[in-house]
Amino acid sequence: MLTYTADEMMTVAAARSLRNGMTCFVGIGRPSEAANLARATHAPDLVLIYESGTIGAKPGQVPLSIGDGILAETADSVVSVPEIFNYWLQPGRIDVGFLGAAQLDRYGNINTTVIGRSYAEPSVRLPGAGGAPEIAAACREVVVVVRQSRRTFVERVDFVTSVGFGDGAGSRGRLGLTGGGPRLVITDLGLLRPDPESSELVLVGSYPGVSVRQVQEKTGWDLVVSPDLAEVPPPTKAELTALRELLSTAPGSARQTGAPTPRPVAEGVP
Amino acid sequence: MAEIVTLAEAISATVHDGDTVAMEGFTHLIPHSAGHEVIRQGRRDLTLVRMTPDIIYDQLIGAGCARKLVFSWAGNPGVGSLHRFRDAVEHSWPQPLELEEHSHAGMANRFAAGAAGLPFAILRGYRGTSLADNTAGVADIVCPFTGETLTAVSALRPDVSVIHAQRADRRGNVQYWGITGVQKEAVLAASRSVVTVEEIVDSLEPRPGAIVLPAWTVGYVAVVPGGAHPSYALGYSARDNDFYLAWDEISRDRDRFTAWLDRHVYEPAVTGREGVAAC
Repeated sequence: MLTYTADEMMTVAAARSLRNGMTCFVGIGRPSEAANLARATHAPDLVLIYESGTIGAKPGQVPLSIGDGILAETADSVVSVPEIFNYWLQPGRIDVGFLGAAQLDRYGNINTTVIGRSYAEPSVRLPGAGGAPEIAAACREVVVVVRQSRRTFVERVDFVTSVGFGDGAGSRGRLGLTGGGPRLVITDLGLLRPDPESSELVLVGSYPGVSVRQVQEKTGWDLVVSPDLAEVPPPTKAELTALRELLSTAPGSARQTGAPTPRPVAEGVP
Repeated sequence: MAEIVTLAEAISATVHDGDTVAMEGFTHLIPHSAGHEVIRQGRRDLTLVRMTPDIIYDQLIGAGCARKLVFSWAGNPGVGSLHRFRDAVEHSWPQPLELEEHSHAGMANRFAAGAAGLPFAILRGYRGTSLADNTAGVADIVCPFTGETLTAVSALRPDVSVIHAQRADRRGNVQYWGITGVQKEAVLAASRSVVTVEEIVDSLEPRPGAIVLPAWTVGYVAVVPGGAHPSYALGYSARDNDFYLAWDEISRDRDRFTAWLDRHVYEPAVTGREGVAAC
């Protein structure tokens, strides 16, 4: 019997969401780990695009930052930062944006800016937007990878850094956002997708050993369970081996030594 | 025409109290040594502009050089928070820090508009976000041809832009490659500029994909080998990821940060050890 952590289940599930040959705009942290896992397993031709302007990067290990030298050295093309946003992201050329979040709400809106009611006097100051608002706006679809708790999964985000489905169905169209928005939210407890009618995130995938009730208890809104709820297969031996190998070579990967992982607020934010 | 001078001369000639200063370099080629020189020269009330403030501005903010920060992502990449930045925003230490906050796409376009001599840039961005409500210099604009509503962002025109490059020649032509970020736009948008380089060569060997800033677009060039540390210069040095991880601890505590600053920024001016920034 394989043993694995909830974080490993999350990263493996995130990797599986990427299809071979896709173009993927990658945020740093867990999204980058998952994208590199996908490339090391079932999706060798996944095209990794980092906001540092590296297109088609093929790092042999998970980079610590979006601008590590290995990304430029292995890329098909390296372009300037204005160009990566204007010519590559903005026109909708990129299949999937892979993002993290500090807070996420029932309509998939993301906050990575401030916690607290007041922008001017926040209780926690987070890193801010980075490339995420335009990634969330323009990619054909968005996948969010985030640990789930009542603190992160809230009824309404304190600050909309990146728009998911705004106020609900029809919001993206009214705002003129060209991409499709969140297709999938992958957490350490399960998988959520937007309801096709309401655009509200509903539980569509449960992990082995995690009950629906546990997921609902860690959600800050009344989480609806899809009638098509399916159990997600656990990580395979091949997936776990590849993931652990990738992380063992990652710079500063405290997780591998069993140390606690601080990396709280910046994770996954590009 | 570029003048080749010492780092101290270049900063003293260009960076004054109250200036708007952009130190650019997107993870790669971050002009850390120049940042240290600004701290040593005791500049105050600066408006610091940079897409990713990173460790370089964490140090300037903690050292009390900054009045305002114009930025799009203020974290320690891959590690976590910028603690000096957070301390300034959350507790006004060592002084309050005014924020002007954008997205990366917005900042990149603002630099590009500055370089192009235009008052603003146009993009599809910010729509539906809370950023637009909290940031001056972001407005809707209607396309005169299609009627589509787009977003305008005001141009950035720094008083001074500071970058680090791999090399320059003796006339001051500057060459850099790898991840080239938004440095060309930052230099062309600014009134004055400083470029620190790994080395000065007799003549620049042409390099596919490299950017060359002709000497007549550059103010001052200073030779500072390792001047990007703990960032890196492709072909010359590797990113010191261990330092980025160590910074999380160094910067978390005000006293420890101040002691680090004394030892690695203020004292080297006397002993000439600048560039050896260990933890």
